[in-house]
Amino acid sequence: MKTQTAYNFPDAKGKFGIYGGKFVPETLISALTELEKLYREARHDKEFQDELDSLQREYNGRPTPLTFAKRLTDHYGKAKIYLKREDLCHTGAHKLNNALGQILLAKKLGKTRIIAETGAGQHGVATATVCAKFGLKCVVYMGEVDIERQKLNVFRMKMLGAEVVPVKSGSRTLKDATSEAIRDWVTNVSDTHYIIGSVVGPHPYPMIVRDFQSVIGNETKDQLRNSENQLPDYIVACVGGGSNAIGIFYPFINDKNVKLIGVEAAGYGIDSGKHCATLTLGQPGVFQGMKTYLLQDANGQISEVHSISAGLDYPGVGPEHSLLKDIERVRYESVTDNEALDATLLLSKLEGILSALETAHAIAYLNKLMPTTNKDEIVVVNISGRGDKDLNTIISQIGEKVL
Amino acid sequence: MKKISEHIEQINKSGRKALSIFLTAGFPTKENFVELATTVLENGADMLEIGIPFSDPLADGQIIQSSSQAALENGVTLKDVFHYCEKISAKIDKSRFLRDKPLILMGYANPILKYGIKNFCTDAESSGVSGLIVPDVPLEEYESFYNSDFKSLEKILLTTPTSSDERIKEIDQRSEGFVYCVSVTGTTGIKNKFDENVLKNLERTYTIVKKNKMLIGFGISNAQNVKTFAPYCDGVIVGSAVIKKISEAKTISEIGGFIKELSDACV
Repeated sequence: MKTQTAYNFPDAKGKFGIYGGKFVPETLISALTELEKLYREARHDKEFQDELDSLQREYNGRPTPLTFAKRLTDHYGKAKIYLKREDLCHTGAHKLNNALGQILLAKKLGKTRIIAETGAGQHGVATATVCAKFGLKCVVYMGEVDIERQKLNVFRMKMLGAEVVPVKSGSRTLKDATSEAIRDWVTNVSDTHYIIGSVVGPHPYPMIVRDFQSVIGNETKDQLRNSENQLPDYIVACVGGGSNAIGIFYPFINDKNVKLIGVEAAGYGIDSGKHCATLTLGQPGVFQGMKTYLLQDANGQISEVHSISAGLDYPGVGPEHSLLKDIERVRYESVTDNEALDATLLLSKLEGILSALETAHAIAYLNKLMPTTNKDEIVVVNISGRGDKDLNTIISQIGEKVL
Repeated sequence: MKKISEHIEQINKSGRKALSIFLTAGFPTKENFVELATTVLENGADMLEIGIPFSDPLADGQIIQSSSQAALENGVTLKDVFHYCEKISAKIDKSRFLRDKPLILMGYANPILKYGIKNFCTDAESSGVSGLIVPDVPLEEYESFYNSDFKSLEKILLTTPTSSDERIKEIDQRSEGFVYCVSVTGTTGIKNKFDENVLKNLERTYTIVKKNKMLIGFGISNAQNVKTFAPYCDGVIVGSAVIKKISEAKTISEIGGFIKELSDACV
């Protein structure tokens, strides 16, 4: 493994090796500079950290449990499987970890209006939730395709007082919602803070979102030390933009014996041309403020991608994942829509946990991973979110298997 | 290679402001684009800013987004863009009336990176392009993007209302050809009204920009806007309003008429 002894990214210019950076219109530079300065102060400010910790405990419900999955472990008959239960966060996914941190930053910045993009709607719900709690105006951009397949979350956001703006351009999914949110920010930057939901976009966002999500990995480390008195051998997480994955991976990056596996969405299959396996099949490029691996055509146009899970339906990936791939610290694999659907059922029946379709990609990878493991090893899977939001999709796809 | 700054200087010396017109390459059709560009030049555009279509144009509003999408659906690639530039350059060189009018490319980073910066520069120069504007490459990424392959191609940088005095100075230092002063915080598009703060900021920027000529763009929609901005710049850039006119016009001469109106206001 070719990991540097001291992993310390991003650098002063916001780069993760050659990735990351600030590829944005000049209008946004002053806001990004201000955000970075404030964040660097807040990171070492005890009062800020105490306020965030208290919100994470008393509002978000942290720490989330690390559940030993006995029947799933017996099913494979190999390594012990633990599940990190981000599905038990308030609002049903890891997204609130970041939204809480960023709303505190927005307050310090004196911003009165919050915007966000959302794919599956989980980040939109998390943002609408913190805006309701702190009394700030909230506008969420969401692709029309996603509005249709994640109706329940759209309704939730509206109940929370957010305005949901349908995005009709391009593929009408997460990438277009993100572009539209950036355009809004360029226009309203003086009173608006943009809460990006994943470890994507221009510096300092990939760093800030990673740091706020690292609570997942830090807790996992402590919990496993208490229950097993050791580090895990494998950690598996799904990767769209990559925030839940970075959140659980990051605290283990220097623990070189812990094997980290990111699972991307292979959609109809990686040979089908209809997938989101960015790190598996993409090439480096510049998109939405960052240099990173992208799914793009021969002319550098961004590809229209597909995944059954709206949260993974994105042609880019966080720049830190691009670096972690290149230095071979994280292995990136992919599973198809159908494999993910089967995995949702498996986890429901064996553990009584209905996971989001995004998360199901990580679970599905166990079919490939577990036969290669030993009984004395430990595998942790990040259960990034719950699946209630996906019931319509699941019923339409595999309803007959259930009923 | 035509020097953009010298051309603007000549126009200013004759008592006029320069008029730069933005066109999306290959829009509305691939076939008629060169004819359209020539008409625009013949009716008083002092230079052309030719937009390289991109699937995800972050800095653009609805009008230019749609034209970019339409151009991609027409199958326009960077190769086509250079082909148009070559043909337009040939027309410029042949005509005594059009001589010295420069061509500028405006494009997002990714298609250029994919084409290869070295190839891009070579092909741009050989097709008579004088300058390049990349809206998603700010000062922070200047070194990582504008490498030594850029030789005679002039790198035009942008200022915005959120740029500090200090940054405007640095942008002026690094920019070549002219400084592109973005009038408002926001994307490209048609504005009906500009408030007092917009003019104050233009005045501020125009005072700081010393090394380069300064052109104002974003939101300028009609002859009246051109007249409002004229005291604060060496020229103006009109994009969305022209693209809208192109989408609606029944004849190419209708478009010519609109350009002439804008040009007449550049006094």
